Amino acid sequence: MADKITVGYTHLSGCTGCTVALADNYAGLLTLLDKYVDLKYMPTLADARHIQKVDVSFVEGSVCINDKLAVEEIKETREKSAVVVALGGCACYGNITRFSRGGQQNQPAQEAYLPIGDLIKVDVYIPGCAPSPQLIRNVAVAAYLLLKGSPEQKALATAYLKPLMMAADRGTSACFCDLMTNVINQGLCMGCGSCAAACPVRAITHEYGKPQGERDLCIKCGACYNQCPRSWFSFDVVSAYESINETIMAALQ
Amino acid sequence: MGAELGNYKSCVSARSTDKEILKHAQDGGIVTQLFGFALDEGIIDGAIVAATKEFAAKYPSKVMADNSNFDMIEPWRPIPAIVNTRAEMIAAAGTKYNVSPNVSLIKEATRSFGLDKVGIVGTPCQMQAIRKLQLYPVGARDVGASIALAVGIFCMENFPYQSILQLVEDHAAMKMESVKKMEIGKGKFWVYGKRGQVVQLPLKVTHKYEQPGCKVCLDYVANLGDISTGSVGSPDGWSTVMVRSKIGDSVWAKAMAAGCFETQPIEKVKPGLELVTKLANEKISKNKKNLEERAVFGVGKALRNPYI
Repeated sequence: MADKITVGYTHLSGCTGCTVALADNYAGLLTLLDKYVDLKYMPTLADARHIQKVDVSFVEGSVCINDKLAVEEIKETREKSAVVVALGGCACYGNITRFSRGGQQNQPAQEAYLPIGDLIKVDVYIPGCAPSPQLIRNVAVAAYLLLKGSPEQKALATAYLKPLMMAADRGTSACFCDLMTNVINQGLCMGCGSCAAACPVRAITHEYGKPQGERDLCIKCGACYNQCPRSWFSFDVVSAYESINETIMAALQ
Repeated sequence: MGAELGNYKSCVSARSTDKEILKHAQDGGIVTQLFGFALDEGIIDGAIVAATKEFAAKYPSKVMADNSNFDMIEPWRPIPAIVNTRAEMIAAAGTKYNVSPNVSLIKEATRSFGLDKVGIVGTPCQMQAIRKLQLYPVGARDVGASIALAVGIFCMENFPYQSILQLVEDHAAMKMESVKKMEIGKGKFWVYGKRGQVVQLPLKVTHKYEQPGCKVCLDYVANLGDISTGSVGSPDGWSTVMVRSKIGDSVWAKAMAAGCFETQPIEKVKPGLELVTKLANEKISKNKKNLEERAVFGVGKALRNPYI
């Protein structure tokens, strides 16, 4: 297992909640760093902070386009990484930073924030506010298997990552309204309740078995839509849930 | 063909050996008995089930429903609830035949309800939802590993609440509050009144009231449950049980050893797996056709296909 993948972590306009979620893998994170991942740079958790050439970079936060350094950093991240993963609601969809109107101290002129996909090509999304430690862990293991695994492991990792790559292709805005426009309006909602469970701000309840969103509470993180089994669902991957969970748990032993 | 029943390790016809459970159960009392046993053994410390207003009135701390408009909750409207005891379980037993968003409680079960080992019962789509949530926990931090027993129920389709209202009060001419039990079986929708009256409706009448979201579903027998169960295939008062995962296998073996269930080999009962297979094929081929029609629904415009 000496053949590690190189990973970097770029921190833009995010609250560090994604960093905390990554760290909340506790021993799992240590195993990842021990066996699979060479963490080249990361504010907070590593000594080196400047962007370097890596296999996979995780980006937390959206980009303040009024901040020259942030714009340079996201471009440099893209240029130096084979795979760019948008980590968390802000990097994927703007999330709470969508509501910024500027005026905050001590940089009142920094008012315009964009999800990273509006400035660079993004390969994989890990949505959620904060994304769960387990999803970050699963993507990290899958990225390792994709780059260094056997042909079967590569196939498994590709299948696992595919919906998260499709999410990256789909776009940079998210809202409770996605459930209305892309699930209910399309005749696909069957009232399972996943969206209400996923919502980090409890903006979703169910009325007569269908989601009811308190839209003023919605922070536009995209968790509800991506958790919905009728947004995207892969029978190949999900039907193999037992063996995939076992593979991931075994990898972290 | 051949995959319509999903993977399973064993299949039997079974019913609970607990007379009290059978009195309240829809069929063989499988879900109630399994959760009761799992609670007693510490396999789960609570379960998410579909309860009703009567349950919520008796156990208000076990639901998330907003009490401010409690009087507006109708009879037979499902309310997802957490049960922690056999008594609560029995109070929530029975099929409601309209949508209960049980998965909506899966995170809260591990938070304000404080459960470490959660049981959940649900339809095939809800089993798909929790497996997706375990593999891709977008908004479900530390939830996946807490799901200790997921029991799936066979499902041809579900109904919105207002559809059940229409069927019971309009077609069957009964008041919702006077209904004791509803059932789909032998090609009919049955409504049993508390005073003993029985009304049967042909399924031809019920089809147009089905929930649209069910028309793209490709799973009849809850392929992704740890254990799945339903009345189809077994004699009256019994249920067909399919044990699917390693967790399911272990729980079922323990429950059998403890004498929780009386069983018969599925090969020996009528109508048996042949009927289950037939209905599964009917559902899957009908809905595959629906998906094909959705692909050419407009003029050069498709309706969205959720499956990749």
